[in-house]
Amino acid sequence: MQSTFPLFPQAASSIASDVDLLYFFILAVSSFFAVLVSALVVYFALRYRRTHADEVGHDIHGSIALELLWTVIPFILAMVMFFWGADLYFRIARPPADAMEIFVVGKQWMWKVQHPEGVREINELHVPVGRPVRITLGSEDVLHDYYIPAFRVKMDAVPGKLTTMWFTATKTGSYHIFCAEYCGTQHSGMVGQVIVMEPNDYEAWLAGGRSTGTAVENGEKLFTQLACITCHKTDSSGRGPILTGVFGSTVDLQDGRQVVADENYLRESIMNPQAKVVRNYQPIMPTFQGTVSEENLLQLIAYIKTLKVAAPATAPAAAAPRGGQ
Amino acid sequence: MNQAVKEPNSYLDAPHGVASWLLTKDHKRIALLYLISITVFFVIGALFAASIRVELLTPEGDLFSADLYNKVFTLHGVVMIFFFLIPSIPATLGNFLVPIMCGAKDLAFPRINLLSWYLYLIGATLTLAAVALGGVDTGWTFYTPYSSMASNTNVTIAALGVFIAGFSSILTGFNFIVTIHRMRAPGLTWFRMPLFLWANYATSLVMILGTPVVAITILLVGAERALGFAIFDPRMGGDPVLFQHLFWFYSHPAVYIMILPGMGVISELVAAVSRKQIFGYSFVAYSSLAIAIIGFLVWGHHMFVSSQSIYAGLVFSIITMIVAVPSAVKTFNWTATLYKGSITWDSPTYWVIGFMGLFLIGGLTGLFLGSMGLDVHLHDTYFVVAHFHYIMVGGGVMAFLGGIHFWWPKMTGRMYPEVAGKISAVLVFVGFNLTFFPQFVLGYLGMPRRYHAYPEEFQILNVLSTSGAAVLGTGYLLILFYLVASLFKPRNAPANPWGATGLEWEIPSPPITLNFETDPIVTEDAYNYAGRARKAGEK
Ligand code: HEM
Ligand SMILES: [Cu+2]
Repeated sequence: MQSTFPLFPQAASSIASDVDLLYFFILAVSSFFAVLVSALVVYFALRYRRTHADEVGHDIHGSIALELLWTVIPFILAMVMFFWGADLYFRIARPPADAMEIFVVGKQWMWKVQHPEGVREINELHVPVGRPVRITLGSEDVLHDYYIPAFRVKMDAVPGKLTTMWFTATKTGSYHIFCAEYCGTQHSGMVGQVIVMEPNDYEAWLAGGRSTGTAVENGEKLFTQLACITCHKTDSSGRGPILTGVFGSTVDLQDGRQVVADENYLRESIMNPQAKVVRNYQPIMPTFQGTVSEENLLQLIAYIKTLKVAAPATAPAAAAPRGGQ
Repeated sequence: MNQAVKEPNSYLDAPHGVASWLLTKDHKRIALLYLISITVFFVIGALFAASIRVELLTPEGDLFSADLYNKVFTLHGVVMIFFFLIPSIPATLGNFLVPIMCGAKDLAFPRINLLSWYLYLIGATLTLAAVALGGVDTGWTFYTPYSSMASNTNVTIAALGVFIAGFSSILTGFNFIVTIHRMRAPGLTWFRMPLFLWANYATSLVMILGTPVVAITILLVGAERALGFAIFDPRMGGDPVLFQHLFWFYSHPAVYIMILPGMGVISELVAAVSRKQIFGYSFVAYSSLAIAIIGFLVWGHHMFVSSQSIYAGLVFSIITMIVAVPSAVKTFNWTATLYKGSITWDSPTYWVIGFMGLFLIGGLTGLFLGSMGLDVHLHDTYFVVAHFHYIMVGGGVMAFLGGIHFWWPKMTGRMYPEVAGKISAVLVFVGFNLTFFPQFVLGYLGMPRRYHAYPEEFQILNVLSTSGAAVLGTGYLLILFYLVASLFKPRNAPANPWGATGLEWEIPSPPITLNFETDPIVTEDAYNYAGRARKAGEK
């Protein structure tokens, strides 16, 4: 656990030490300039202090060479910080294809977690050490932000879309989860713990949990219960498009656009079906806004993602929604 | 010019009476009206700040309820940003000095200037009404959909207050731009202008281009709350992230509304305390414009983890890094100005040095945040809180107070006790660092902002921060005390107590209502100390 007066956070994910390295680099550059400029200011102010009331300063107006120097050097250093930071950001933003997927839904004021095997938990998150974990994040009400300082990652949970973050925990133990986007009364109570376990402990924990069916199983049930199946059939006789193989494919829309069917596309097609209507279909699908909770939605998506074309053609690339269009 | 004699026809003396102040068209009186109003709001904002700091002494949320705490930090932000910092320098020192530095008798539109103060008052009163009716709890950023659909506090009234106050800054900006373009004295070419004019010019551009956007955004939130328009609420097909784009499109440039005038003040002060031409005058002038313009293209750096496209993030990050360069250029130029100057250790110098130290840290920590991979960790933590306080309070408020200490004799005709001016600068500097430096550490540790209760291991740093706030508060109170006290003493300020150049120092303290007895003609560059000394020597 944490000491009682830490000055530096624990580093418990594969990315944490890389973030710290960039931090120390910028800290070193900044400290250098802060000390240099402060020292010069104080030195000049003392060295050139006014000696008599009518004294004036030397007649110096400037120097193009110096201006160039102190424009170009900070510019170069800033660009180094930019490229370094951008590279790191892309690594933080793009989950590896083999990551296990866990669903997290934020709502005022708790975090609801659903493991692929169906085990659920609230405010805690159990994960195995050493395995990439991809979190698919939704929100039922307002903005939230899932933040794990020891892993140096955070991501907003945005109502109306799904977002993604990922990490590989490197040290067993338990670490803070904070909601980092202000969300109302109990914002500071919307906290929890990630518990990083040895893989076999994690398996044991999963086995001991009350599973209410895997996400895919639940999604399949919902697909029937909500009567999706009456229009989305497995052959072309349905009034809605066939969903087999839709995930990751390119879809032609009524208005001539093409979109890649990622998780946010599936989400939108359920909650707001008229937004993107598939070519050659009528805009007749009802919205499931209000009927389907954010968690059910994730289950439906998990199910739809398993509907692959029988003959294993090329596997669709993992389309990871970090958000955006 | 005449020295230290009491001018019976100064702007403070004639005419008399409450109406002569409340209906005045004199830019100097309006500046004082603003000064009094923003001071009141500074005190209100500071009381909220003190409440926050006391609550955070302990990890548990024990002093206030969670809801009350949320309202307190919201009102602290709203009051300090919209009703203190944005108008602080432009509406007080700017109002007072822009016409005088131009060699004009008043601003281009004196009545509009008065109108801007009344708009400010109406906006401020509405916001106070929101407080009286129970407060607002959305944070000063009013993020949707919390503000538009979830919060059941007085968002609409407070937002309306901010909306109306926005027009007052648009009018001020408009007035400054016209004045600087049209009313400069003969001989006062653009590159002879004091840098304070350049800075206010750049600020005014941001005010008139940016403020309408935030005004519209706020209206849209109101429309969604009151009329059910679907704009930001996803349940109705709106987009909550759109609000963040619109909000930061204004509010990032707005942070430059808060700092550019301060940079202008510091340029004046550096030149005066070292009696020297500003090093690289044109670079300092152009860097203000560069900041104002490029500052419009970086808003997305507040949104690296908001689900905005990662490629958009890239563009915002690189431009953010670029906009840091002109700030660095200014800092180096100020430093170089001190080289071989004739540097006084009067109290304005203390404020200048304090500003330099704090602004440096504020600007440099912006680099941590602009670097995307690092911002993922730092975003919405106390690191961000510390960063913007270093800039806005360490930079902006230090510059404002430095300017007040420098021009107080001109504005009021009174000197304040020099020793007190120095002690308060030191108190503020030390107190400020003690308050906000620990927050960088807290932020890197991961403490999120806007937390009413926090894990125990963060307590020591929070206690440090609160004790610093006590020192800082003492410093501010001291200033208020001796400046107000000086008003009860006879006028004793000479026309030019610092031996500085500039049109404002060639007229009596306090100036007459029309500023100049005869219209001035400018024949030299700004800060021509060396040239004047040479001429004096030749005589
Ligand atoms: C030296 C150049 C600067 C850089 C590179 C910079 C960078 C940044 C970045 C990237 C953020 C967003 C951090 C986050 O939310 O995660 C930020 C926040 C902020 N900055 Fe700066 N900044 C600079 C200068 C300034 C200046 C001059 C001001 C104001 C006078 C300022 C005021 C603010 C404010 C108010 C916020 C946070 C607002 C909020 O979330 O409530 N910054 N800065
Ligand atoms: Cu910004």
